[in-house]
Amino acid sequence: MSHLPYLNPARVRALEDALARRILVIDGAMGTMVQGYRLDEADYRGTRFVHGFDSQHEPGRDPALQPGHDLKGNNDLLVLTRPDVIGAIHTAYLDAGADLVETNTFNATSVSQADYHLEHIVYELNREGARLARTCCDAVEAKDRSRPRFVIGVLGPTSRTASISPDVNDPGFRNTSFEELRLAYREATRGLIDGGADTLMVETIFDTLNAKAALFAIEEEFDARGGRLPVMISGTITDLSGRTLSGQTAEAFYASVAHARPLSVGLNCALGAKELRQYVDVLSQVADCQVSAHPNAGLPNAFGEYDETPADMATLIGEFARSGLLNLVGGCCGTTPAHIEAIAHAVAGVAPRALRSTLDAAA
Amino acid sequence: MTATPRYTRLSGLEPLVLTPELLFVNIGERTNVTGSAQFRKLVKEERYGEAVEVARQQVESGAQIIDVNMDEGLIDSEAAMVRFLNLIASEPDIARVPVMVDSSKWSVIEAGLRCLQGKGVVNSISLKEGEALFVEHARKVLRYGAAAVVMAFDEQGQADTCARKVEICTRAYRILTEQVGFPPEDIIFDPNIFAIATGIEEHDNYAVDFIEATRLIRATLPGCHVSGGVSNVSFSFRGNETVRQAIHAVFLFHAIAAGMDMGIVNAGALPIVDDLDPELRERVEDVVLNRRKDATERLLEIAERYKAKKGEVVVENLAWRTLPVRERLAHALVHGIDAFVEGDTEEVRAQSTRPLDVIEGPLMDGMNVVGDLFGAGKMFLPQVVKSARVMKKAVAYLLPYIEAEKARTGDTGKSNGKIVMATVKGDVHDIGKNIVGVVLRCNNFDVIDLGVMVPAQKILDIAVAEQADMIGLSGLITPSLEEMSHVAKEMQRQDLRIPLLIGGATTSRAHTALKIEPHYKSPTVWVKDASRAVGVAQSLVSKELVDAFMDKVRADYAEIRERHKDRSGAKRLVPLDKARAQRFDGGWADYDPPVPKQPGVTVFDDYPLAELVECIDWSPFFNAWELAGRYPAILDDAVVGAQAKELHRDALAMLERIVAGKWLTARGVIGFWPAQAVGDDVELRDDAGRRIATLHHLRQQADKPVERPDFCLADFVAPKASGRPDWVGGFAVTAGIGIEAHIERFERDHDDYSSIMLKALADRLAEAFAERLHERVRREFWGYAPDEALGNDQLIAEKYRGIRPAPGYPACPDHTEKATLFRLLDATKNAGIELTDGYAMFPTAAVSGWYFAHPQSQYFVVGRLTKEQVEDYARRKGWSLAEAERWLAPNLDYDPE
Repeated sequence: MSHLPYLNPARVRALEDALARRILVIDGAMGTMVQGYRLDEADYRGTRFVHGFDSQHEPGRDPALQPGHDLKGNNDLLVLTRPDVIGAIHTAYLDAGADLVETNTFNATSVSQADYHLEHIVYELNREGARLARTCCDAVEAKDRSRPRFVIGVLGPTSRTASISPDVNDPGFRNTSFEELRLAYREATRGLIDGGADTLMVETIFDTLNAKAALFAIEEEFDARGGRLPVMISGTITDLSGRTLSGQTAEAFYASVAHARPLSVGLNCALGAKELRQYVDVLSQVADCQVSAHPNAGLPNAFGEYDETPADMATLIGEFARSGLLNLVGGCCGTTPAHIEAIAHAVAGVAPRALRSTLDAAA
Repeated sequence: MTATPRYTRLSGLEPLVLTPELLFVNIGERTNVTGSAQFRKLVKEERYGEAVEVARQQVESGAQIIDVNMDEGLIDSEAAMVRFLNLIASEPDIARVPVMVDSSKWSVIEAGLRCLQGKGVVNSISLKEGEALFVEHARKVLRYGAAAVVMAFDEQGQADTCARKVEICTRAYRILTEQVGFPPEDIIFDPNIFAIATGIEEHDNYAVDFIEATRLIRATLPGCHVSGGVSNVSFSFRGNETVRQAIHAVFLFHAIAAGMDMGIVNAGALPIVDDLDPELRERVEDVVLNRRKDATERLLEIAERYKAKKGEVVVENLAWRTLPVRERLAHALVHGIDAFVEGDTEEVRAQSTRPLDVIEGPLMDGMNVVGDLFGAGKMFLPQVVKSARVMKKAVAYLLPYIEAEKARTGDTGKSNGKIVMATVKGDVHDIGKNIVGVVLRCNNFDVIDLGVMVPAQKILDIAVAEQADMIGLSGLITPSLEEMSHVAKEMQRQDLRIPLLIGGATTSRAHTALKIEPHYKSPTVWVKDASRAVGVAQSLVSKELVDAFMDKVRADYAEIRERHKDRSGAKRLVPLDKARAQRFDGGWADYDPPVPKQPGVTVFDDYPLAELVECIDWSPFFNAWELAGRYPAILDDAVVGAQAKELHRDALAMLERIVAGKWLTARGVIGFWPAQAVGDDVELRDDAGRRIATLHHLRQQADKPVERPDFCLADFVAPKASGRPDWVGGFAVTAGIGIEAHIERFERDHDDYSSIMLKALADRLAEAFAERLHERVRREFWGYAPDEALGNDQLIAEKYRGIRPAPGYPACPDHTEKATLFRLLDATKNAGIELTDGYAMFPTAAVSGWYFAHPQSQYFVVGRLTKEQVEDYARRKGWSLAEAERWLAPNLDYDPE
């Protein structure tokens, strides 16, 4: 809450200074980039998980009797097994002009890692994910001292929804709960802070109740530490209906998360910049905080691929910026360092959106 | 930089920003077990479906926030709060507004907050148990992202005087804003509304205390709001709604002026202060504002006068009968009143030069008004059909005069166009088609209705002979889709050039675009429902409109085909052996299938209709009349409520006559046979163990995660290999025996309204019969759930063990399996139901299907099938592949050769 001091006041001051002066650039897609490396099962497993389970956690387990699980696709695990790959991607985005990089921890919650039977490494994934991103930022800052680089500790949506029934025959049913999510997010938050994240971002929010559980957990963790980090929030408008998956409009979404007094609120994923514009515009009008957007590289084509070019995307984003909608901007699915470079170029020198000064209702 | 005041921002699915322009926010009070006996009963009996409807009514009647309270000794309040909030979260028209979680127990409030994705309101927190707990709760409320109602209540008790109210609220405000960091705009004070006019002198000033405290709180504590439970104030006038509402109106008028900006009220019932009887208003104001010592006695003196008298009769307003006759005709048409139509028609005819002038003048003028209102969504289908009845009666009256005139002059009236309509071969359903016919006739189209089960050639021949301007095809069962496609091909082959209209429950834009339109070069248009029929027909006959209209339709359909092409392959199906490997596992090792208490066939001749009336599921009835919504909420729907009520009343009246006059006879038959699953088939045996039938079923082939089975109905029967003796049941029921005589009677009387009504009710009774028999099967005849006790809503919501899927519907889409079912039951002899060539049942008010008893048996949709499964199915049925593809056409995932 507002009465707690920042855990790292100097870094927050640097971030706030930068935000006051210009539109900051967030990095682009991680998944798209990882795909480019064509990693196989062995890459994902590394040595520690060579049998498909954690040999440190279960040293006595005989893979012949109790075989492990496929780990390919568990991109968050690469933080431990192929840190070179993830580090290279972070660095590529920083070199392209990103001011902030997002940790590779989108699925590093017990809810999502349960799919790989790796719930026990969630804290470690988050801590190492943050540490790796921090290391990359430090290295780039050392080369180029013109501006600071920040680590956004990412808290993803999980694969469950707390306010939508997965069973069409029983609308009252839920396959997770606020409490389960709160505990899962608490553990991830702990790891991200310990690993050195500068901010925390609850992102790709398709069910606001999940996000509220994350925000609750974050506040609890801040209480426990007696200090806080800036919190960023980014929702997902799932289609052209203009609603989140759980049915909220952009403005209702903002009303539902504003209590966390975030550094920024914004939208990412699902739509391309063109489609996302009107909803970013809504947030830009109602939000008392900074506004962010990291859209996809257009809408998926017939093959499910994103094919908006860096130049096209940058043209759209440049217009957002000149219209005064943005404080932070980056890319989501399908974007690459080339997109980020083009976007960074497009928003360079454009004034950031002015923060509204609010008066009390009675004033 | 813009400076805007910080407003309270609440949210459900949509935002609610408390700007000063809102003036007053209505909080719905009916979803509160302490305030509403009805809601308490529903929650206690776990009738959540109906409880949700209460919430819906609240929102529809203008509640901007809904208050939910489950505080009742006999209810598990936490569980009920969670269940209810989760249920309304799935109803977008309820969930759009913010929720007020109302409880005196903190644990219930917290459980509620964990269910709200939006920003709700807690009702309430207070200093009652000291500052420490107040601060703790306030912090939690803030962390859960909610606003809070703060009661004027402290360690000493509830504040009653103005001074105490202000003192406690001020203290709470300081703690919240200075210590907790609570946003002032999220604080809503409730300075306690207490009952006045109780006869106790200390209570006389309670309303004034509230109003004055509100004024001071709003003036001195910036940003906050003031709310309260308004109905408390009039508590001493319980039983006298008129006086209570007058008190509420007057109280709110003054409290709002003082700054009260939210309140728990029954907004729908509130009168406008200026509309109150002046004497009542004055005496109520005396009481509310405590203006004179004898205020209470003086209000009591006149209060009796306003008590509603029991048994008061609403007199029908016949003022319109004094209008000039042309206006009377228009009024009768718009309001669907047929009582005076012949006399009025005669009166106009006597004044007119030609009888046709009556039709082309006042009658068409009236029908045009009806058409406009219908098109604008201000009138609904049942009203239009009633209007048509008036029209038809007037025309019938005029007909002999018109014939005589025609014979004399050779003059015929002008028509918009001529349409030949038919329910296609193999299908007998005609309610929808009849409605479209009525609507088109209302709009001056000539309709030639060929009835049901009409072969393609007959439709074409008559269309040619009559020089029709278009053909309309209708059908309800899936094989009709194939037949429509066949009719289209024939129209092309025989070189017809007139437009083809497609309608009926199983038809769709996509099916028309993919399977019908490509076969016929002239305009082919899918008509969604009766309300669209006129627009489509008019566009098609108009030389100016038709090209633009068809360009749009064709582009639309081309796009659908394009999208479909892209889509095939998007949703991949799995090979049949993989789907079979992922079958539903009945846990046969641990499951002992129940033995029917009454095996073999049981016949029900003349089942009591009165018993079925109670089991009617009304929602589909309203849908048949194109009134959207669910029963009973639809009766109070803001848009169609009045019309739905009237329709319901007419339906109940006709039901009484159906039962009393024995218009219909309900007959049914059920049976149970030893059964074992062999692959996707089920083999039935007789007592001697001889195989008497094989039921063929289809399996889902969706690509699902391993824990979710690809279902096939055979999975719900113990496999042969398990060695468990199991059973399958079947049923066929009808409530349509004897309907023809009455339909003919109505049609003779030009009364489409009653004719359609009777068919729709017979359908409902047949469904109710199926539901009722299924219940008795579970309790008595199969008897595996002898203690089941469910209300009608739970029955409709299928909250019981076992299923009764019908051949031709999603879980078993092959209609031809009905032949096996009918043979086993001897349904034609035992229940008087026949099967058509297309396997439709006749009478149409009939339902048939299989019974499965497995506790986890469930309804599902077979969905798309690969060629591999269709080939396999053809083998099992002894069909050629082409035959299988014809009967399974709607389910094919590929284009057959």
